[in-house]
Amino acid sequence: MVEMKEKGKFSFKETVNKIGLPTLIIGVFWLILIITGGFLGISMSTLLSDTLKRAGMNGILVLAMVPSIQSGTGPNFALPVGVVCGLFSLVCSIELGFTGVTWLLMSMAFAIPLAAVVGFLYGKLLNAVKGSEMTIATYTGFSIVAAMCLAWLMIPFKNPKMGWFIGTGLRETIQLDAVGGAQILNNFWKFTIGGEKGIIIPTGMLLVFGVCCFIVWLYFRSKSGIAISAGGINPRFAQASGIEIDNNRIKANILSTVLGAIGIIVYSQGYGYAQLYSAPLMMAFPAVAAILIGGATASRAKVSHVIIGVIIFQGLLTTALPVANQLFEGTDLSEILRMIIQNGIILYALTQVKGGGK
Amino acid sequence: MNNVSTGERLKVKKESSWIADNIVTLIFVAFTIFGFMVSDGVTMNFFLTELSSRFFRNAFLVLSLIIPVVAGLGLNFGIVVGAMSGQIAIAIIRYFNLGGISGLMLTFLLAFPISALFGYFTGVLYNKTRGQEMIASLIVGYFANGIYQFLFLFAVGVIIKVPATHPMIKPDGVGIRMTVDLVPVEDGGLKYALDSIMEIPFMWAVLIVAAAVLLLQLIRLAKNAKNPVFSTNKKRMTYINIASCLIIAGICAQAILTNSSLMMVRKVPVVNALLIIALCVFNELILRTKLGQDFRSVGQSQHIAEVSGINVDRTRIIATIMSTVLAAWGQIMYLQNMGTLNTYNAHTQIGMFSVASLLVGGASTQKANLKHAIIGTVLFNSMFIMSPEIGQSLFGNALLGEYFRTFMVYGVIGLALGLHVWRTNKKGKITLD
Repeated sequence: MVEMKEKGKFSFKETVNKIGLPTLIIGVFWLILIITGGFLGISMSTLLSDTLKRAGMNGILVLAMVPSIQSGTGPNFALPVGVVCGLFSLVCSIELGFTGVTWLLMSMAFAIPLAAVVGFLYGKLLNAVKGSEMTIATYTGFSIVAAMCLAWLMIPFKNPKMGWFIGTGLRETIQLDAVGGAQILNNFWKFTIGGEKGIIIPTGMLLVFGVCCFIVWLYFRSKSGIAISAGGINPRFAQASGIEIDNNRIKANILSTVLGAIGIIVYSQGYGYAQLYSAPLMMAFPAVAAILIGGATASRAKVSHVIIGVIIFQGLLTTALPVANQLFEGTDLSEILRMIIQNGIILYALTQVKGGGK
Repeated sequence: MNNVSTGERLKVKKESSWIADNIVTLIFVAFTIFGFMVSDGVTMNFFLTELSSRFFRNAFLVLSLIIPVVAGLGLNFGIVVGAMSGQIAIAIIRYFNLGGISGLMLTFLLAFPISALFGYFTGVLYNKTRGQEMIASLIVGYFANGIYQFLFLFAVGVIIKVPATHPMIKPDGVGIRMTVDLVPVEDGGLKYALDSIMEIPFMWAVLIVAAAVLLLQLIRLAKNAKNPVFSTNKKRMTYINIASCLIIAGICAQAILTNSSLMMVRKVPVVNALLIIALCVFNELILRTKLGQDFRSVGQSQHIAEVSGINVDRTRIIATIMSTVLAAWGQIMYLQNMGTLNTYNAHTQIGMFSVASLLVGGASTQKANLKHAIIGTVLFNSMFIMSPEIGQSLFGNALLGEYFRTFMVYGVIGLALGLHVWRTNKKGKITLD
């Protein structure tokens, strides 16, 4: 009898450990919100459609965390570096007069080499500041966004779709409708489940997300990917086995930056607007929070963490907004909730980081 | 022969490392001078008025960062938590329509337990995120902001019932307004409650400071006259200081006697200045006590401190509490000077700006003192004033200058932190080899 009780307790603990405490808490919280929403008469299909849409939009940005975490540099708090590369390619592509699918493809084609070069430099920087990567990364991201604010204001682009009506520089938000780029991926093979008001599946966007996930998954099964992971788990041991850690860290950060750049292009097309200036400043934090909610730690992450995390986190946010509005009219509770959950989860992950020591 | 060349090499290295150590400070000095050269719109009057009011607003907050650095916690971006505690205290006082000097004292008093409590929690968190305190302190600021907004936007009105007619509550009765007027002190409010106690003309203030510094330098010279350890280099610095004090005093005396345009600079709040000096003295004194020694040893090596019987965790928590409480008071001083409480924005930038100020003064994550804080506050705010002017006169666009100054804030923090880590790593490598 006692034995059985203990066994049951043990397995419960094991299950919690396996899923991860943050995932469990936030997941249960999301479920409670959905059930509350159901009682309040909020349309479930709209909620699910929005969740899918937002998960697809944010997915690749969250995926960008995997390589940097695996390589041992911690979550990529310098995600804005990749993001501004993506945005820059995106506006270049508009300036050159591309529209529609060509615009999207050209943006990505510009973004990948640009982000690779920038990611290389960023990786070099991180190698120089080993031990404080997260803090330095955060400020690198902030600095780049601030520097790009100057660039957006001074770029001599002539395309009237992006400029201010008077003076030089680009607008703060650029409508992608004007180049036929809004929701271009979402609408690709889009279909709805369950009639007119059913769940909308943005097939194209989910496909792109899926392909990116698959590539990253495959890469971390290749020799080079395994070497990166090995360097992240135990740098000394990896070095002793002849793995060049510094190079691997650079490789991982190139991949992360490229994913950030592609991620923002996918995000912008889904959103329908490209947001310049200070919009990318805080983009890293929700992405970091999402992967941590998925079950990753500051030193270990898998592609499955990305998928689970982004769906739970974005699902929670999309559900919280209408539910909170119904329960407490006129308050901005969902934004407050986002701040507390997002930063709380990052803090929790930081308390789990080993090292420093007395 | 060999010896000589080694000596020379060392000397060269020392010189270049001085520049490397002070690169951030030098950039800012150059930038401010450059600003004066290109922008003709800025009069000395305008500049000094802006600078002095900004200095007295921010210096206290910057000074509150020193203790955590000494205790090895790095730059405490978490003073945002303290700033929020200060604002909670102000909001309570404002709600009950208290004010004047007694109201201000009450605000300080009320802010103490609130900020001490939050400082304690922050300190516990820093102990759990050892080695990552700086990023944790940044995130804890964002996290606390969420709780703060929950309190002010939601709890006030929904949980704590308040009358919707109160001027600081939103018309629908839930939440506090975006901006809350703090009511001038003559009408029984908090605005200028501290500043208006006593004010003296700017030039007199500078004269007094110059005289005080002169006196200190002379005492130092007299004290060390027969001390052989007092190197010629230090002696030269003292002479330079004395000379510059005399020049500044001369300029002040001339301005006062001829009543020139410099006398038009905004008056200096004496009590504010005295409080800043008091905090400087407090910071110096605390480092001489047992507790201060503990801070230092924990800052140098937690392991050694632990072995020698210091309760490391407790010491670090005390350092965080002190910093948070001081930041809360600093924020109250800041807001009584601003005159309005920007409920949801006033605190968000405080951490960044204060840290950037300290770094500009030449501090690093492991070394910070009063000189860094004071020089840094002056230089950083000079940059802040000049930046839009430079943007305006060079590119005809003040917005450009504003973006540039944001870039400088983040860039300075990034650069100073990066350089410091890079240098520490390099040093570590040399010893390992």
